[in-house]
Amino acid sequence: MIKLGVVYVLAGLMFAAFAVFSATDRSNPKRLGNAAFWGLVSLSFLAGDRLGDLGNGFLVVGLALIAGLGLLGRGQPATTSPQERQALAARFGEKLFIPALALPVVLVFAILVLKPLHVAGQPLLEPKQSTLVSLALAAVIAIGLALILLRQPILSPLQEGRRLMDTVGWAALLPQVLAALGAVFALAGVGKVIGDLVTHWLPMDTRAAAVAVYCLGMAGFTMIMGNAFAAFPVLTAGVGLPILMHRFGGHPAAVASLGMLSGFCGTLMTPLAANFNLVPPALLELPDRYAVIKAQVPTALLMLAANMVLMYAFAFPR
Amino acid sequence: MLTLLGVAVVVLGFAARFNPLLVVVVAALVTGLAAGVPPLTVLATLGKAFNENRFVSAVLIVLPLVGVVERAGLQERARTLIARFRGLSVGPLLIAYLLFRQITAAIGLISIGGHAQTVRPLIAPMAEGAVENRVGRLPPETTHRIRAMASATENVGVFFGEDIFVAIGSILLMVGFLSQSGITLDPLQLSVWAIPSAVCAFLIHGTRLVLFDLGLRRAAQRASRTAAAE
Repeated sequence: MIKLGVVYVLAGLMFAAFAVFSATDRSNPKRLGNAAFWGLVSLSFLAGDRLGDLGNGFLVVGLALIAGLGLLGRGQPATTSPQERQALAARFGEKLFIPALALPVVLVFAILVLKPLHVAGQPLLEPKQSTLVSLALAAVIAIGLALILLRQPILSPLQEGRRLMDTVGWAALLPQVLAALGAVFALAGVGKVIGDLVTHWLPMDTRAAAVAVYCLGMAGFTMIMGNAFAAFPVLTAGVGLPILMHRFGGHPAAVASLGMLSGFCGTLMTPLAANFNLVPPALLELPDRYAVIKAQVPTALLMLAANMVLMYAFAFPR
Repeated sequence: MLTLLGVAVVVLGFAARFNPLLVVVVAALVTGLAAGVPPLTVLATLGKAFNENRFVSAVLIVLPLVGVVERAGLQERARTLIARFRGLSVGPLLIAYLLFRQITAAIGLISIGGHAQTVRPLIAPMAEGAVENRVGRLPPETTHRIRAMASATENVGVFFGEDIFVAIGSILLMVGFLSQSGITLDPLQLSVWAIPSAVCAFLIHGTRLVLFDLGLRRAAQRASRTAAAE
């Protein structure tokens, strides 16, 4: 069985290479900060299970301090110039798309063909994370194709990967750290406090008001918690079940589904959904950290209204 | 009520644009303190959850591939390819991508695309190229707006497509939660209810993309008129 652990070792080795290359990159005055930051990430992937909970906690504090004190710089691995890239693009032509398209093709093949396979009674890919295992497999094969077809230097994937990694910087780790914050919020019972506030103080005497409270609450709560999964149990237990489904007789599937989608509207508007909203601006080198959120807000608000109208009009018996 | 102090730290910290990693760690400690949890227990909870969520960051293993094809000129080639379709404007291009993402997400193939795998290497350069075809070189602000819109389109497409797929996390969460409350639902019943919203998302975001395209054209015309007047 190809396990998730294999992917973690692969990722750990990749970050170790980023750390080593960073340490020797004289173009970056903050090279030791970069080396320490990617080194800690590498340690987490390679030995996270052996560090203990508190050890991992200090690792997170270490990452936050390096990033927060501005010790991260941007390395400049030797890469091709824009003119060279134009020339290469003209020379390779459509061949350039082969490695890029190999990724989705291998991914689909792995999900559709390899995932159902069993070897010696065991599934070939670890079932719980089969997509991630497939993605890693696809990435390795596509890199191999790029090295052969485009005749790139053997170390170039690691150096180019480091270039992009430094472009994204600390933002790359934010989604994982925010997920960890969710665990602390759960420990302290933040969700319950907010849920009680919503159900105690907002009027829900009419169907329209209850629909509005549920949908706006899902969006707002999702913005605070960073994902709709944390908001759904709280608001459905407080508003969805007792009021929309039981008092007004709403269809459970319609109420739950449209409520969750209202939560997704909140995801589009919050910096706490970092992998969707903060990593992309870093990856696309946009000066405004919130540029993608700003581009999404109008769609999110209109979709929120659409979900409320759909729920009000179709989720209840006539 | 004190429990919400951590939430306030997050909101204020992000608004003041402090480093988010630091804001999150401070918020975790404040939340723990306010709830009467000892700091070391908070750190251990944070560390345990960080370790369990490594799969979130593991997707970064696609970066070496994205980087190496960039090195060989993929972004430039993507622009050249778009230049061949002179009539193709940025609006229809991104609308096609929106539909592609909604459909791939609806059949469970979310990771076929993404900000790293498709937007940076292919969609953003194609979208920029489609506008450059008409108006020539773009000022940086316009480039940034086009890239942000390409990323937004990726997110909208995935968010309002994925819930049509029956085996996605959010559907399973709803089934599990409702069954605990005595309501037994088939995942398919829930995913059917995601279809009307998916259609609305396509119409709403699609309309915005058409308006975005028209706005860029009007701005370009204005720029060329002032250039001609001078």
